[in-house]
Amino acid sequence: MNVRVKGLLILLVFAAAVFYSLPTYQAYQPGVDPQKHPNRVNLGLDLQGGMYLDIEIKVEEAVKETTSRTAQELEDLLLDNYVKFVEVRQENNVIILEMEKGETVNLTESPYDRLLVQFTPAEQPNNRTTLTLLPEELTRIQENAITQALEVLRNRIDSLGVSEPTLQRQGDNSIIIQLPGLKDRSQAIELIGPQAVLEFRIVNDDATPAAYNRYTEVVRYEEIRDPITQEVLSRNPYVLSKEVLLTGEYIRDARVRFDQQTNQPYVSLSFDSIGADRFAKLTERNQGKRLAIVLDDKVQSAPVIREKIGGGEASISGQFTTEEAGNLSIVLRSGSLPAPIEIREERTVGASLGEDSVEQGLTSLLLGGLLVLIFMMIYYRLAGVFAAFALVFNLLLIIAVLGGVGATLTLPGMAGIVLTTGMAVDANVLIFQRIREELAKSNNLRSSINEGFDRAFKTILDANVTTLFAALALLQFGTGPIKGFAVTLSLGILSSMFTAIVVTRFFFEMIYLNRKQLKAISI
Amino acid sequence: MLSQPLQIRFLEKRRYTIYLSIFLVLSTFLSVLLHGGLNYGIDFRGGTNVQIRFDSKPDLNQLRNLFASQGYDSITLQTFGAEKDREILLGLPIDSSLGTGESLTTNLQQILQNANTQPEVRRIETIGPKVGDELKEDALLAVLIALGLVLLYISVRFQWRFGISAVVCLLHDVLAVVGVFSLFDKEFNLTIIAALLTVVGYSLNDTIVVFDRIRENLAKFRKRETEELLDLSINETLSRTLLTSATTLFVVIMLLLFGGEIIHDFAFALFVGILVGTYSSIYVASPIFLMLQEKAPPKPATPSNTELTQESQ
Repeated sequence: MNVRVKGLLILLVFAAAVFYSLPTYQAYQPGVDPQKHPNRVNLGLDLQGGMYLDIEIKVEEAVKETTSRTAQELEDLLLDNYVKFVEVRQENNVIILEMEKGETVNLTESPYDRLLVQFTPAEQPNNRTTLTLLPEELTRIQENAITQALEVLRNRIDSLGVSEPTLQRQGDNSIIIQLPGLKDRSQAIELIGPQAVLEFRIVNDDATPAAYNRYTEVVRYEEIRDPITQEVLSRNPYVLSKEVLLTGEYIRDARVRFDQQTNQPYVSLSFDSIGADRFAKLTERNQGKRLAIVLDDKVQSAPVIREKIGGGEASISGQFTTEEAGNLSIVLRSGSLPAPIEIREERTVGASLGEDSVEQGLTSLLLGGLLVLIFMMIYYRLAGVFAAFALVFNLLLIIAVLGGVGATLTLPGMAGIVLTTGMAVDANVLIFQRIREELAKSNNLRSSINEGFDRAFKTILDANVTTLFAALALLQFGTGPIKGFAVTLSLGILSSMFTAIVVTRFFFEMIYLNRKQLKAISI
Repeated sequence: MLSQPLQIRFLEKRRYTIYLSIFLVLSTFLSVLLHGGLNYGIDFRGGTNVQIRFDSKPDLNQLRNLFASQGYDSITLQTFGAEKDREILLGLPIDSSLGTGESLTTNLQQILQNANTQPEVRRIETIGPKVGDELKEDALLAVLIALGLVLLYISVRFQWRFGISAVVCLLHDVLAVVGVFSLFDKEFNLTIIAALLTVVGYSLNDTIVVFDRIRENLAKFRKRETEELLDLSINETLSRTLLTSATTLFVVIMLLLFGGEIIHDFAFALFVGILVGTYSSIYVASPIFLMLQEKAPPKPATPSNTELTQESQ
């Protein structure tokens, strides 16, 4: 290729590299909002501060929930039809029905057949029949649980005021949440953590936890906490109706209010029309009884119903701080999660620590880089200057591509850049040493330069391609920090090959090979 | 630095250097054994780390007593970073009664309010037990697949002898760094895995440069003894090997000095790795290649071999 054409192309690439690394430079100037520069290199949570959560959705709980609901339905149908049975039990995704001796029931007939949309029956010995959840239903329930959980969590997180939260599904039952720049860790966990299943049940004050009807009633506890240390001091038992009269599904809005007398915060709920209707009915029918408000299986409060409550307004009082009441109202507005969750992994980095890491990382890299550049220029003189330029070019190119595709730079990613800078220096060293070797053998400067480049090229290619293979394997199979490292490494390998082989060679061609008479080269 | 190619007879001492390397690798295993396994960080072990900065120099004993008086015995406390940073790293076991999620921050504030210094929580990391195992498996799998690919590529581009020598050399380097970490009882976590990968990348690069020259010289001087050719190749590439190591060490030393505490162990792993990697590309890779060449010499006239020599000219 003509040297001029080549020069022009290189200049174009250089201009593009500068152009695309500019947003990153501008975005991280003091007092600038990085959001305003969309093509910047994003800083990872370890550099920027923020929270990383890996959450497991207990999908098996959603499956159990469906199965146990169906088991309850079957039991009710059997009772309604005076069928004699010993028991109906639920084990994971299987319902076990045990009939009394001599009794039979045909599950394929109405009214039982509607249960068979989701379950397959099978006769077992000892008067037993099992109903197993269909495999496709099982997958559907699990998939729905994840999709729904994503949506609910997104709603909750939106109220955290984090500028660019991300939620993504990972594997079968995990969700990764990233909250860059998060300030209040406990609020985030308070919002993400609870399943927020709200239930209204009637209290049976005549029964005790030792003596209650296991078929129609359940025991739930109220936790009494120390107002300061939040330690659970005691647990009050309540015997509640098994039947849930109203759930949080019908909540239209939830707000924090303050009690006029005590100034205690509480959460006021308003129901949609169906919810309001049910609430009116349940309060009408149960006047004089206590209504327990149960959140995630814990009794929050159990006020006495004095009269029918129309208008669809209810309130949850308890020992909340204003903050907790606020978080609860957000959680209730966003809806309940289809299954409980568990935090598998949390990494939270404070903004100040992130800043320190960036500053220290950059300072040391710049110092190191500067030392290398100075060394190259002293040791290889003019050729060293070419190399120095190629190295800076290389760095700009990496930043430009990272910024252009909106990639995220993490601490291990920075390490990848260190390694590729090392490899870029190495490529230049290989070329220059080879040229020196050729110069020692022959007096022909031109052929020494060409030979040096050609022979070094093969070495550089093999060394870089091998490393590239390793990097790609890491990119494919690695997770988290390993991936971040692999991204910058593979990118850096490509760009360092380009800068060393094409750019450095171009300088030699322009300065030396283009001359009519070539007397000496500075290397 | 070195304008005339030296004529150091590296391979003459290969008996000793091989023993040295075997010794290095064995001491790694011994050290790991004596320490009862690697000092896994929470990434692999599960648990919680909390990095806290105080507004004055924290008194570790006082803090320890403070935690102990509240019944939290199974915690670890250590200063983190330089003294001027006034930071501690608090380690909690997986099912610590201090809690994880929401309760952790509250509980910590509770306890630390009795310390006569103001705390700032800078970092919290919690890893569940399942995740720890998964991360360990994933990291191992990724590294093994990467090594497998390297072996394959070098075997195709060079010959299988080079491939095996390179991979043995890489394993040697990784084990040596792991050994040093075990010896100093430094924590082994995901960041260190990233450092090990960097070392692998670096050492691989180094080894291939030497191998490339060996391949070239093998094709050029077919009559000469392999040992002599290996020495020649190492000597010819020696100045490059040292120059590159030196420049990379510049950067790593800067990271070590100014990079801050979080990056410190990472830089330390790189530092050890580059030293070992440079050594191994001279004293491990080539001797193993020579051994393979002697034990399983290439058949002189097979077609595949001619192809290979042609390709490398």
